[in-house]
Amino acid sequence: MATVDIDLPHVKDHDHDPHHHGPAKGLGRWLFTTNHKDIGSMYLIFSLCMFLIGGLMALVIRAELFQPGLQLVEPEFFNQMTTMHGLIMVFGAVMPAFVGLANWMIPMMIGAPDMALPRMNNWSFWILPFAFLILLSSLLMEGGAPNFGWTFYAPLSTTYGPPSTTFFIFGVHIMGVSSIMGAINIIATILNLRAPGMTLMKMPLFVWTWLITAFLLIAVMPVLAGVVTMMLMDIHFGTSFFNAAGGGDPVLFQHVFWFFGHPEVYIMILPAFGIVSEIIPTFARKRLFGYPSMVYAVASIALLSFIVWAHHMFTVGMPLVGEVFFMFATMLIAVPTGVKVFNWVATMFRGSMTFETPMLFALAFVVLFTIGGLSGLMLAIAPVDFQYHDTYFVVAHFHYVLVPGAVFGIMAGVYYWLPKWTGHVLNESLGKFHFWMSFVGVNITFFPMHFVGLAGMPRRIPDYALQFADFNSIASVGAFIFGLSQLIFVYNIIHNARVGEKATAQVWDGAHGLEWTVPSPAPYHTFSTPPKVD
Amino acid sequence: MTKALLALGLSLAGSSAMADWQVNLNRGVTEISNAVFDLHMLIFWICVVIGVGVFGVMFYSIFMHRKSKGAQAAHFHENTTVEVVWTVIPFLILIGMAIPATGTLMDMYDTSEADVDIQVTGYQWKWRYQYLDEDIDFFSNMSTPREEIYNEAGKNPNYLLEVDNPLVIPAGKKVRFLITANDVIHSWWVPHFAVKKDAIPGFINESWVRVDEPGVYRGQCTELCGKDHGFMPVVVEVKPQAEYEAWVAAQKAKQAALADAASQSYSIDELIATGEGVYQRVCAACHAPNGGGVPGAFPAITGSAIATGPIADHINIVANGKSGTAMQAFKEQLSAVDLAAVVTYQRNRLGNAVGDFVNPSDIQNY
Amino acid sequence: MSTSSYYVPEQSRWPIIASLSLGLLAYGAGMTFNAMSAGGSSIGPYILGAGFLVLFYVIFGWFRDVISESQGGLYSEQMDRSFRQGMLWFIFSEVMFFAAFFGALFYVRTFSVPWLGGEGEKGVTNMLWEGFQATWPLMVTPDPAQFEGPKELVDPWHLPLLNTVLLISSSVTITIAHHALKEGHRKKLELWLAATIVLAIAFLYFQVVEYIEAYTHLGLTLQSGIYGATFFMLTGFHGFHVTLGTIILFVMLLRIFDGDFTPKQHFAFEAAAWYWHFVDVVWVGLFIFVYVL
Repeated sequence: MATVDIDLPHVKDHDHDPHHHGPAKGLGRWLFTTNHKDIGSMYLIFSLCMFLIGGLMALVIRAELFQPGLQLVEPEFFNQMTTMHGLIMVFGAVMPAFVGLANWMIPMMIGAPDMALPRMNNWSFWILPFAFLILLSSLLMEGGAPNFGWTFYAPLSTTYGPPSTTFFIFGVHIMGVSSIMGAINIIATILNLRAPGMTLMKMPLFVWTWLITAFLLIAVMPVLAGVVTMMLMDIHFGTSFFNAAGGGDPVLFQHVFWFFGHPEVYIMILPAFGIVSEIIPTFARKRLFGYPSMVYAVASIALLSFIVWAHHMFTVGMPLVGEVFFMFATMLIAVPTGVKVFNWVATMFRGSMTFETPMLFALAFVVLFTIGGLSGLMLAIAPVDFQYHDTYFVVAHFHYVLVPGAVFGIMAGVYYWLPKWTGHVLNESLGKFHFWMSFVGVNITFFPMHFVGLAGMPRRIPDYALQFADFNSIASVGAFIFGLSQLIFVYNIIHNARVGEKATAQVWDGAHGLEWTVPSPAPYHTFSTPPKVD
Repeated sequence: MTKALLALGLSLAGSSAMADWQVNLNRGVTEISNAVFDLHMLIFWICVVIGVGVFGVMFYSIFMHRKSKGAQAAHFHENTTVEVVWTVIPFLILIGMAIPATGTLMDMYDTSEADVDIQVTGYQWKWRYQYLDEDIDFFSNMSTPREEIYNEAGKNPNYLLEVDNPLVIPAGKKVRFLITANDVIHSWWVPHFAVKKDAIPGFINESWVRVDEPGVYRGQCTELCGKDHGFMPVVVEVKPQAEYEAWVAAQKAKQAALADAASQSYSIDELIATGEGVYQRVCAACHAPNGGGVPGAFPAITGSAIATGPIADHINIVANGKSGTAMQAFKEQLSAVDLAAVVTYQRNRLGNAVGDFVNPSDIQNY
Repeated sequence: MSTSSYYVPEQSRWPIIASLSLGLLAYGAGMTFNAMSAGGSSIGPYILGAGFLVLFYVIFGWFRDVISESQGGLYSEQMDRSFRQGMLWFIFSEVMFFAAFFGALFYVRTFSVPWLGGEGEKGVTNMLWEGFQATWPLMVTPDPAQFEGPKELVDPWHLPLLNTVLLISSSVTITIAHHALKEGHRKKLELWLAATIVLAIAFLYFQVVEYIEAYTHLGLTLQSGIYGATFFMLTGFHGFHVTLGTIILFVMLLRIFDGDFTPKQHFAFEAAAWYWHFVDVVWVGLFIFVYVL
């Protein structure tokens, strides 16, 4: 990010604006709010709840897999757990967390008074509790919750799906409405509400990554809506989209799903790139290396994401040409991703580093995400993918990019910006304790999964052959360490956000950018009159 | 750091494929699987080198350029040469990886000139093998007993990786698989062959293998296919040509014997005794060992309208299945004797007491 | 970028009520469809109906607030840009929704149907469907017992051609209406907008006639294999969008009768016109790829 010199904004000008006053009282504040900070908080709290629920499901899975044999749950319930864990983590935890961070930070980072469409913003949020209530209620329905994996391949999810599939489909529909409206809001805010002087190439990288993420969301969420609509028609109206008997093809489902699914993967990682690109320069006390190339790299990753979807489907029996095309296109993604990692390392190089909690999470992100990226490169090689596909190697890969990737990115962001939100610094010792427990837990959980995957253990099985037993026990122990250490995080937030040490406006001594010019906690309304950025 | 651990782990990996602490792919027993293994190792080492390089610089900076050591931040924030170099070099490395990968992929896709053609069909939750040039057609079910799965008995070394009827193929011959499915998508995988192909209902995917070394090779279904996805192993026995031919002859004799058995008459008690075994092996996965089913997913046999209604309807649904549901057409899977036995069993046990029975000779018409 | 202050609305009850309505709609639809397929009855339709009622209430109330804020002069040029960008991205999302169905159509035509019929790289599949031949439109499905193919097809050169002419004309008439609005000719505006709505209703009428014909005489239904599935899903969703668009245009007409909109400030009208052009373009794609080719 370019250095931003700022005419100090009139942060207290809400006194002479009739519309601007403090928050309303009581529950009404949250139900009817149009304030980006309130809505951001609600997104983040919702996401944390979903993270804990999805995490509990993961612990059910890991407990069952602690030893060979069936001990705790039956296979049908196990499948419901893997499915719900995936859906909740993707759509309930990671995505809303990023939207929450966007809501809080983007207006403050670009000097906007609020989001562009504040009422629609609140609507985007409040759809989510309804959508997830519907999804979670399917656990109590006859036939159980969806049990076909978060990728819900037809015909397992159509002809052979439980009755709750219909509720799942409509849940996805309204979730999609929420995501699209949220994304439209973010794009309109970024393109239209920047303070004078805040040109596109001066925007903080978090804003850039979100701009591109929002574009991806608008492009692919409707495709997800389309594919679940086809499912609905196949289930209830006798169409044959995914049935060869009528001329359709089950693989058509996978093509449409992954056309959504691959960009979706980047939707869950690009904002984390942005967060890390904010944090590393702050704690290295050195400007981000290669700002323009960072922007171009994110844009090229996003564009490439539209032409690589079938690398999730190397074993479906695509024609050879398709196989080769998707292999090459996928490998290309390694180039811009590599550029980003090199830039982060070059930012640290010859910096003046300190290691506060946000920085620790950001550094772990760089290392562990890179490991996930490298295993991703291995997966891109189609002939070898025949050995990796749908094994625990894949599980290890995407958990490396999603847990120490996306989730650590979110946690880094929360530790970094929470003082700005609450006016209190989090407890550093607790933060570091949380970090190290998470770091150790994550690696004990997911690293052995590479081994069992390569040795031949398929994913999504409730029981496994004896030679996989040792590493599975280790992974389960790691999962409980990781899971329990999140309680430290919850405690740290709840406790210290109220009574922690008072934060200054700048909070971190290397921090630059508009958000650090307003007091901590940030006033209810910031930048009602835009600041001027030179 | 963790990458280095992996490297260490890999070098310690023993040669025994079934070692408990196996951390790497199997080299396998075919030319293709060897090529795949070599590609895997090549890419792995490239990743290790990249990882060591990147993390090396990063940890050097973390160690040397820290504020507590008095480091002052430099002011550079771009360098076009460096940026071009680290864009172009990875690109070249990728091309170096893509070329051999494409070659191997083309070999995998070359299914021409096969000596033996076998149609592999995935069912919930078993495999069916049809030898297209011979009149051989059988199902392959997992044979691990429930007691082992529910920890009521010790687990044998091939726990979950054993079947009643393995696929048998001749050594040294090119065997082509035509892979499809009957209900949902499955995936047929034998790690030692580096063959993994999805079984798509209504479509056929081709794959092939040539195994020179006789032996038993084990794999599993690798596409989530419902409740018992974890319990549909693949076992392939590779036999020398002479033994393979003997096996083919034996299979044909067995089918003749089954046809003979179907023309005999049986008492209700004989049928119930046989039927119990068939039920537990074939039906219990969905309808539960006690006939209670799984509410909302699979109907109960106990007290069901079909199992206590007219026997003709009962035989019909068991023989022909119910389209659009998980109920398969069992006349393809079970002999006439087994069909008659299991229908009789369901009508007179599991809490039902209709009292009638059916002989195998009466089944033929369905 | 403006330096005047951007309008941030007060607290509003509409978003939470709108969310409630979506929740009711989703849950009610789920119950209704499941009961429909299982052949039972449920309270689903009542929940669904309640969802729609709440939704209509929200639409009326929310738009009423927005319109009065706009007429009250609370919106700046910058606010106007937010609305415009929002509408354009919304239309882009709609384009992607249709893209999913067009993609499915292209996929089955290029890949799955030929493969099932024994052509192309996966032609060996035909082994499973002996006697099946790949044709497009697909008149005989691989398994006619399960999916009976259509007996006849809709002739593109009758109703669909007429509908193409109707929709393209309506795009012209709405453009004329828009120009009239910008030049302040209210009467001309009313006339041409009304003409657009008449064309739209005529289109919808003929579309209904075509559907009735397809179901009663041609044997072309949702169940008649992949041709019927893609045909009805594409034309059906398009027809649904035309219906929405017509309602929007009608509301615009009422607002114009009410004296709303000025030559300078008429974003709602413009958004409606954009939406109308969008459904028009989709129709051209449909006419070419679904009916003619």
